[in-house]
Amino acid sequence: MSISTSFPAEIATSSTLNHWPEWFRKDQQEAWEIFQSLRQPKRTDEPWRFANLKAIDLSDFHAAVPVQDAASLITRSSAHTSLAAKLIFANEVLIHNDQAGLPAGVLLLPLEEAAKNHEELFRKSFMTSEVRLGSKKFAALHRAHLRSGAFVYVPQGVVIEKPIEIWHWVEGENTTIFPHTLIVLGEGASATVIDHFVSSREERSLAIAVNDLTLGTNAKLHYVGVQDWSDKATAFHINTTEVEKQAVSTALQMNLGGAYIRGESDSHLLGEESRSVMLSINPASGTREIDQRTFQDHFAPRATSDLLYHNALADSSRTIFAGLIKVEEAAHETDAYQKVRNLMLSDEAEANSMPGLEILADNVRCTHGATSGELNEDELFYMMARGIPPKQAAQLIVRGFFGTVLERLENEDLQAHLGEILDRKLNLNV
Amino acid sequence: MTTETKPDIDIDRSVGDFRYEMDYAFDAGIGLNEATIDYISDVKGDPDWVREFRKEGYRKFLEKPMPTHWATKDLENIVFENIRYYLSQGQVPKRTWDEVPDDIKKTFERLGIPEQERKFLAGVEAQFDSEAAYSNIKAAVGEQGVIFVGSTEGLKEHPEIFKKWFGKVIPSGDNKFSALNSAVFSGGSFIYVPPGVKVKHPLQAYFRINAQNFGQFERTLIIADEGAELTYMEGCTAPKFETATLHSAVVELVAMKGAKIQYITVQNWSSNVFNLVTKRGIAHEDAEVKWIDCNIGSRLTMKYPGVVMKGKGARGEVVSIALAGDGQHQDTGAKMIHAADNTTSNIISKSISLGSGRSTYRGMVHVPKHLKGCKNNTECDALLINSHSRTDTYPAISVRGQGNAVQHEASVSQISAEQIFYMQQRGLSEAAAMSLAVNGFVNDLVQQFPMEYSVELKRLIDLEMEGSVG
Repeated sequence: MSISTSFPAEIATSSTLNHWPEWFRKDQQEAWEIFQSLRQPKRTDEPWRFANLKAIDLSDFHAAVPVQDAASLITRSSAHTSLAAKLIFANEVLIHNDQAGLPAGVLLLPLEEAAKNHEELFRKSFMTSEVRLGSKKFAALHRAHLRSGAFVYVPQGVVIEKPIEIWHWVEGENTTIFPHTLIVLGEGASATVIDHFVSSREERSLAIAVNDLTLGTNAKLHYVGVQDWSDKATAFHINTTEVEKQAVSTALQMNLGGAYIRGESDSHLLGEESRSVMLSINPASGTREIDQRTFQDHFAPRATSDLLYHNALADSSRTIFAGLIKVEEAAHETDAYQKVRNLMLSDEAEANSMPGLEILADNVRCTHGATSGELNEDELFYMMARGIPPKQAAQLIVRGFFGTVLERLENEDLQAHLGEILDRKLNLNV
Repeated sequence: MTTETKPDIDIDRSVGDFRYEMDYAFDAGIGLNEATIDYISDVKGDPDWVREFRKEGYRKFLEKPMPTHWATKDLENIVFENIRYYLSQGQVPKRTWDEVPDDIKKTFERLGIPEQERKFLAGVEAQFDSEAAYSNIKAAVGEQGVIFVGSTEGLKEHPEIFKKWFGKVIPSGDNKFSALNSAVFSGGSFIYVPPGVKVKHPLQAYFRINAQNFGQFERTLIIADEGAELTYMEGCTAPKFETATLHSAVVELVAMKGAKIQYITVQNWSSNVFNLVTKRGIAHEDAEVKWIDCNIGSRLTMKYPGVVMKGKGARGEVVSIALAGDGQHQDTGAKMIHAADNTTSNIISKSISLGSGRSTYRGMVHVPKHLKGCKNNTECDALLINSHSRTDTYPAISVRGQGNAVQHEASVSQISAEQIFYMQQRGLSEAAAMSLAVNGFVNDLVQQFPMEYSVELKRLIDLEMEGSVG
């Protein structure tokens, strides 16, 4: 049975497999009805302009079954060496849970447990904002099918120095998973969370992933999504970030894999002097399509947002960037910045950019820019003159191009760690 | 400026806001159906192919939805059945002002058209509602083989050139309003400049709406043959009515190899006019099409002049100034379609929003596959004067392949309090300081207009700014 035509059996029948509380199961039934009532996106829908609508036909995908060899996936889930905690999900089942390094008071739980035991906290931050960048229908499907996910709560004043790592594995041809990461930081709390999205084999799969990031007053979050699905995968990554007074959110999405990736990042600057940094690194090759829509929505005065997306397009890859900065009437003295850069590495590649501004307040400073260009011949020549083969020289330039995005992370350890991941992906010797 | 200022702005339309009663000899009535189109075709004596073209346009107009999925909902306030689609005193324009009927002549005299013609223009066409009342070209220019006539005369007298390009740059089904224009078009200019002829002085068209609930649908086709050069200017005014008026023109430009066309618009419609215009040019090898566009008037303007760079080395440029005052929405922009190697395009747009005004920039830059050496530069700057003002920017840029350079930049800012303070310290009133700052913001673009226009523009901006600070 296709994922988009059947409501999951265990939710419908309240079987013992399901650990969600009753009220959430009702929510899921509702979400399923919403999913069915909404039509597929059309070409004339502004949030789907330039999009490849053939890629979002979900009729072939089916629900996940537990993986056969969990142990090997646990072995393969190694990236950072010094962590505060690690959760590993495989086909939506939690297979590993190590949280020895977490300070007291921090909650790191499977979502269904949080819903049961911390209902108020969960309800306050779980998918509370409208999905408004186009994927409302798919977010409803996510909600209807959701089986598990990670819940991170850092109470007031608690600072976690080391990163929390969460792995989401998918396995099986045409399997669908619904990864979810929900992060709530209390007043003055601080954390770093890295989501890894990976395929166990080179298979076709579907992931509809959601993350909700909620930052209380003065909180500080580094969030990184390392998307490295198989080259045959279809994935949606839907983000909502809510930033309260003087809090700082820095979120980086790295898209290293996938055949079709749709990313939606929606930042709400709710408090005065809040700040949201939105970053993305997109090496696109083969026939990969990366379709990203972003929103920097300023509600409060003196907030800042800063978006920097870098796309390097090889072969016949394709990217879409549609970003909007909106300054609501009350948001005076807003400082908003948005920049997308496309590095064209092939004659077959295609980059579409739609940077947008809607300004309803005065006394603001908003700029946006979009550029498309090619490799700098002088730089290439310089490296080749020093004996670096042309292909590797090009890779080094691409690496440098992405490096300027990594530098925006105010965490050197994280910069170095992600730099290594990037080097491996670009086949650079380190 | 965080201080709440109560804007008390009204565009100065003392120049255009007057109206003389008219008895029209030809009137297609109110509303639009096939009979309206037949009436227009009969009155104008259209050849069969034009009648068929109009009907085809009408069918497409009915088929096409309102583009409200991306455009403003204000479009829904246009009531097509309440509009009068054709009004005229006669179809043949006069060659001298003496022959123009007095009631029409006094309108244009009051607008200063005959005077400007004597001073610096190579030719003038003056359109009053649906038809040109006057059309003349200086003898010296006519002798060089330059054709400057109305669209009706163009299609009848010069079908061999007219038919070749008419509706080719902008097909009638391009959008709902180009389809409407194709159905009911009347007036506008047809210009042909022979190879190598460089027309030294500008040709000018002046568009005047006089009747209430009227729709003006002029159609302009300009062809500059190989190596020819031409500057064309258009101006427009209407009296201020209580009810909405529709202006929906289609302008097609064709610049053959090495030709240059500069098209200048100063739009100062009254604030009840829906100004929905489709403008596009084709630039062949090494040709240049430049749109200089200034929008000050109208209730809603939607206008995105475009250039299709079809030949190698072709160049397209759009320079745009928009001023959105209380109750106005200036939705303007540019389209640059690169279709050959080494083509370059440049878009510079500056907008000012004041009071409850809203200005929007929409742009499209398209570089298809396998092209080399294409360059685009886009700069959009917006200035917000009051806290109720609004500005939006929605560009779309598609680039395929390497070897091209495209850059887009936009910024939004306000006049800094320091600047105003500095000027006030030197004895300027706040309003004068504001006006000076706004003029400074658009100054580099205003320079690109011909002298007479830039003086006029500065004056308009000054008037517009008056009373905008409390």
